[in-house]
Amino acid sequence: MADKHQMSVSVWRGAAAGSFQSFDVKMEENQTVLDVVAWIQQHADPTLSYRYACRVGMCGSCAMMVNGTPRWTCRTHVKKVLVDGHMEIAPLRNLPVIKDLATDMDPFFDKWVAAEGLHHPTQTRHDPIEAIDPASAGRVEVNAGIECINCSVCYAACDTVAGNPDYLGPAALQRAWSVYNDSKDAGKQAILDAVSGVGGCHNCHSQGSCAVHCPNELNPMNAIAGLKRETARNFFRRRAR
Amino acid sequence: MIRGYRTHTLWVAFLLHRISGVALALFLPLHFWVLSYALTAPETLDGLLLWTDLGIVKFSEFGLVFLLSVHMFGGLRLMALEWLPWTSGQKTAAASAVAASTLVAGVFFLRAI
Repeated sequence: MADKHQMSVSVWRGAAAGSFQSFDVKMEENQTVLDVVAWIQQHADPTLSYRYACRVGMCGSCAMMVNGTPRWTCRTHVKKVLVDGHMEIAPLRNLPVIKDLATDMDPFFDKWVAAEGLHHPTQTRHDPIEAIDPASAGRVEVNAGIECINCSVCYAACDTVAGNPDYLGPAALQRAWSVYNDSKDAGKQAILDAVSGVGGCHNCHSQGSCAVHCPNELNPMNAIAGLKRETARNFFRRRAR
Repeated sequence: MIRGYRTHTLWVAFLLHRISGVALALFLPLHFWVLSYALTAPETLDGLLLWTDLGIVKFSEFGLVFLLSVHMFGGLRLMALEWLPWTSGQKTAAASAVAASTLVAGVFFLRAI
């Protein structure tokens, strides 16, 4: 599009079956991809469905495929992704589409639970709070993955998830690794069992798309490598017993 | 085929590893089948070995060695990635050390020929 004050935006309409609809949107000096989607919904077509909440990169609600790449749309500047005045916005890959740009996140969150990415307490509320040394090896390992905002960008970027719907995916496995390294967690064996099953960490082909696209610059691939090491050690420990 | 989210080094490394692996899996049975003539029919093997004077076969042999080395380094890369919990600074240092030693070895190799 020649007009530098306008951009053409193709937006996915429909569910699994659907098509792209084109909209002309006014260019602004400061404009995120989420601003564009909101503008279309408010000024061009109020039936457009999409999901967002915080608009500042904390809640992880607004991830979409922008020109074929998963991104957090509230922190993605339009000028960064516009190609010849055009961009394409689609719902996140690897998740069922509910309508337009809104995906069903249930499979993503169900896998967090399936990976035992939840707290298994060692104490009760009546015990004193346990002091954790911030420099301890386990805590440092937890730090590397704790800033995950559950946006599912890594899940959408992962070709292993695309090829194997049972695969737990980068975010759930990274969560499991964080919980595994928590000295206050009592479920270490449950975690190792959960992540070494059919859809577990050994499916990972180390393609690294999760780490490349994570908006918070986390590295789920490293976490999965950690799980691979621990499950292997656990396997030999069990045989030695 | 290569979509936007795949255009990065690690994915290309994965692709090279996979292609070289599939190519080796296709080639090696043929390779061992030809070698088996050494035991069962030496004359046939000699006949087949004459083919190795052809340029195209020589080029294929170069390809074979190339595939083997690509696949081997791909495997070493994966093992390092998964078994050595290094920081990215340590990985860069290790990769630089390998590159430097390859360069030094290459210089000596060039002097030798």
